[in-house]
Amino acid sequence: MSTAVEHAHPAAAHGTSGEGGHDAHHQEHWFKHYFWSTDHKMIGKQYLFTGMIMALVGGFAVYVFRMQLAFPGMSVPGYGRVSAADYNALVTTHGSVMVFWVAMPILIAALGNYLIPLMIGADDMVFPRLNRLSYQIFLLSIIVLFCSFFVEGGAFGGAWTSYPPLSSSGTYNNTPMGASLWLVAVALEFVAFLLGGINFITTAMNSRAPGMKLWDIPIVVWMIVLASVIFMASVGPLVAGAIMLLFDQLVGTAFFDPNRGGDPILWQHLFWFFGHPEVYVVFLPTMGIVAEIITVFARKKLFGYRTVIYTAFGIGILSFFVWAHHQFVAGIDPRMANLFTVTTVLISIPVGEMLFVYIATLWGGSIRLTVPMLWALSFIAEFLIGGVTGIYLGASGADIFFHDTYFVIAHFHYTFVPIAIIGLFAAMTHWFPKMFGRHLNEFVGKVHFWGTIISFNFIFIPLFFTGAGGDHRRIYDYSHFPEQWQPWLIELRQLATLALVAMLAFQVLFIWNVFYSMYRGKKAEANPYRANTLEWHAASPPPHGNFPVMPTVYRGPYEYSVEGREEDYWPQHLPS
Amino acid sequence: MQRPIATTRSVTGISTGKLAVWWLIASEIIIFGGLLGSYVMHRIGHPEWAEMSAFTNTPAGATNTFVLLTSSLFAVLAHLKAEHGDGKGAARYLMFTVLGGLVFLVIKAFEWTTEINHGFTITRSTFWSFYYTAAGIHGLHVIAGMVIMLFVAADARKNRELQRVEAIGIYWHFVDLVWIFLFPLLYIAK
Amino acid sequence: MNTASSFAGDIDELVLLITLSVGFWFILAEVAFFWLIFRFAERDGVRGKYVAGEKWKETRWISIPHYIILAFDVIIVIAAVRVWVHVKQTTPPADEVVRVVAQQWAWTFVHPGADGKLDTPDDIRILDELHVRLDKTYHFELSSRDVLHSFSIPSFRLKQDIVPGRVIKGWFKPTQTGTYDIQCAEICGIGHALMPARVVVHNETDFAAWLASHGQVAQIAPSPSGPALPAPVQQNAPGPNVPGGN
Ligand code: HEA
Ligand code: HEA
Ligand code: CUA
Ligand SMILES: [Cu+2]
Repeated sequence: MSTAVEHAHPAAAHGTSGEGGHDAHHQEHWFKHYFWSTDHKMIGKQYLFTGMIMALVGGFAVYVFRMQLAFPGMSVPGYGRVSAADYNALVTTHGSVMVFWVAMPILIAALGNYLIPLMIGADDMVFPRLNRLSYQIFLLSIIVLFCSFFVEGGAFGGAWTSYPPLSSSGTYNNTPMGASLWLVAVALEFVAFLLGGINFITTAMNSRAPGMKLWDIPIVVWMIVLASVIFMASVGPLVAGAIMLLFDQLVGTAFFDPNRGGDPILWQHLFWFFGHPEVYVVFLPTMGIVAEIITVFARKKLFGYRTVIYTAFGIGILSFFVWAHHQFVAGIDPRMANLFTVTTVLISIPVGEMLFVYIATLWGGSIRLTVPMLWALSFIAEFLIGGVTGIYLGASGADIFFHDTYFVIAHFHYTFVPIAIIGLFAAMTHWFPKMFGRHLNEFVGKVHFWGTIISFNFIFIPLFFTGAGGDHRRIYDYSHFPEQWQPWLIELRQLATLALVAMLAFQVLFIWNVFYSMYRGKKAEANPYRANTLEWHAASPPPHGNFPVMPTVYRGPYEYSVEGREEDYWPQHLPS
Repeated sequence: MQRPIATTRSVTGISTGKLAVWWLIASEIIIFGGLLGSYVMHRIGHPEWAEMSAFTNTPAGATNTFVLLTSSLFAVLAHLKAEHGDGKGAARYLMFTVLGGLVFLVIKAFEWTTEINHGFTITRSTFWSFYYTAAGIHGLHVIAGMVIMLFVAADARKNRELQRVEAIGIYWHFVDLVWIFLFPLLYIAK
Repeated sequence: MNTASSFAGDIDELVLLITLSVGFWFILAEVAFFWLIFRFAERDGVRGKYVAGEKWKETRWISIPHYIILAFDVIIVIAAVRVWVHVKQTTPPADEVVRVVAQQWAWTFVHPGADGKLDTPDDIRILDELHVRLDKTYHFELSSRDVLHSFSIPSFRLKQDIVPGRVIKGWFKPTQTGTYDIQCAEICGIGHALMPARVVVHNETDFAAWLASHGQVAQIAPSPSGPALPAPVQQNAPGPNVPGGN
């Protein structure tokens, strides 16, 4: 560990280093700057914007299929008539895009890349070129996915869970090419995130600023790193499973084909052994974002910093023992269901503890409802709904009824939308001044907030009731089912769709706000919120190399409102 | 490209490269763990697979185990040389390791051709599907290790990046270890 | 929603119990949350407090609720497992056995016919319609000709996936006459939404009438040899030995 003051290039390291010759950041070619950069901030932005564009793709898919659900058989403006095959493909695309190409890149890759080096006081990731490679593999995975829309037979329609034998045989799914390309795309995405994860973990372990002990690491860094570890520990079997499924599709093996000695349930185990931890992989980073925001805008030390870390570990460990709650009625041994009910319901303890800690943090604060704070708080309020409805599903006896109904859909959108969409908005509005050196428009931001939150609840509250009323998932037209074709159900479906259209319309404000403010917004100083963590010590936006002099850390990240100090904040890098 | 300051720090006391290799191996262990776990679950459910594994070539597998172990030994020797700053020596031992990998692949190719000629193809039964998939993925790791080792050796010969000799050595031991698991599972367990 | 099977009520009660116990904590958490936001809104001259949340005096606000939540968890688990064991792990003796064969994208229901036994010449095979008697315990045997499907009757609160290569068994006991939807609850390809079926719960007289009208046709239909699966049938077209196209 070097004791001398570390200077970031280009300022000082340049002169002393022997190989500084080709170090020309200032007149970089635009292509190199935007597409071939190894700078963690640029790679973070690449992930961010790619993720947001994919959110529009996932949002478009949901617009089309929800229109079909509300008004079956209509010609959807901007798409046309939705056939049964189209519907399945749209749902599959929506689900996989939102999870793998929106939530993951934005919450883990974009924020991990942008924030980890800045928040731990480093000048970059430890392996910048590996970082660039992981983004390129990620981009390739998107290209492969897009190709799958246009091949013969069309896009894969076997749901994001891709259960065989439907997914393994073209004669069953009628989209042989689409199925394989979908699988390859997902597998490539996994590889990208495995490489990225190694980079995040190594960086956070090895490259923290001098003085930054484990308990001085900002929560969001902890969370992204823990999420990367959980991802790594859970995705392996599914990577193996994806290879096996691909062989079933292309080579003619029968790993999952029951007629030739395979076992279709095996895939379900491999998928959910990953799938359940995955939901906490995205949950934890958003919890990190929320921790950063509420401490700044409540001017409060986090209530029980270590409790948060311990519960995060608890969630991480427990998450590996609950997966079969997705398979209660899938034909597994019914005695196993009892075990998984116990573990599943128990996970309410660490998750609840974490949320309660955040709520307790508000006590005694001086709360300012800025736009990022509104998003962070709304996350807590909305996620609670998603969390408690998970208990209905975890209770095996009740899941007999709820499994694969819209109740499940409503449950996980009350978790996923707060995590991915609200989390994105919270992070984006909070760190926008740092990323682009300008402020977003506060008023437009508030209108966007209220419009989005209200319409969001009008989408999914009705869907709890249609689910409890017996609506099953992935059904493109309920008119074949007399019991589901009652006026109250039809009206609730239409209400949900109209609310979705409203929610999408409100996003225009956000897009305008982002692009307008990027160039015309009010200029932001380095630390506009009077925050403690190191990224606010760097300039806005931070230059290549981040800090003019590499910082040293003297205290934890949440020393707000310390008694006896004139200022109500105490940055981590200030000597006592 | 200039190395960032981040890369040169070492808060844990373990060099960054080595730390990353350990995490890489951790993720690979889980991938192989999933594959072999699936295999074992199937195997328990299908006692008749014992007959199929009787058709695998145990002597060839045993020879390959020996070959890989020997090559791992060379990787250790290369690391020792690198520790003493002897890049040339390290490169030489690395080349022996690569040679070991090559012998392994040749024996593997011989095995597979005879098996396929006898009709034991990947689609013959789920046992054979696992056999080729697991050994094939392992083989790809052998090839990847050899390619990287060639690059590391080229640098080491010029006494550059000697710390990488150890990192690639750790990776090679891992590839070796996977085989130690595959061999009894696919060849011996009857 | 109809409550048309013997265990539908049990499941509804479980759902109510969960609603009450998580609802309590949910409302408590939300009320505390909004109250705190309101109570500690930024005010001139009032600074935040410095609370680390590490002393017992502070953490008890979190810890004690969590011991109570643990108790709630135990209650929820016990109630859930009891219902589960009743529905999925115990099978009351059968009055009759029916066979359900799923395929892309239709259901074939094999009724035992007048003699009450399967695999006899008077078996009645019907596409997309299951006929059962009120207050009789039915066992069902699920099998699939191709991919995964799921046998779901929302009004019975019944759901069970069907896995090709296996026969999965279960039971139900209808407690209310009427016609209810059978949905397929596992994605099974393009026509997943197009495999609607009905279960008709008859009282004894209606059932006898139904049996009489179908028994005869079944008699002259070629007798199935053994427990063979029905021949593949076209969507919405009557199968080879299906009497008419009800
Ligand atoms: C990030 C997303 C996310 C998160 C965080 C969760 C969190 C939880 N989920 Fe969810 N879930 C999904 C995403 C998520 N889920 C998805 C995508 C699916 C469907 C996949 C598919 O089939 O396509 C799904 C499906 C799903 C199922 C399967 C349903 C089915 O298909 O039949 C189950 C069953 O147990 C379940 C349970 C839970 C539980 C118990 C939690 C818990 O973590 C929640 C814990 C939180 C709380 C409980 C709230 C806070 C606590 C309190 C307020 C204290 C009071 C509480 C008590 C007294 C209990 N989920
Ligand atoms: C992160 C995950 C995520 C997210 C955010 C969403 C968001 C939404 N989802 Fe989805 N959904 C899934 C994951 C997700 N979903 C999954 C996994 C499935 C299961 C798939 C399957 O069964 O296989 C599913 C299935 C699913 C169904 C069930 C379909 C069926 O079974 O038949 C429905 C039905 O209403 C639905 C609706 C919605 C709606 C209305 C939203 C809305 O909230 C959408 C709102 C979107 C936006 C508002 C876009 C915002 C845009 C930006 C932020 C971009 C800004 C851009 C720039 C600045 C450039 N989803
Ligand atoms: Cu059959 Cu869905
Ligand atoms: Cu889960």
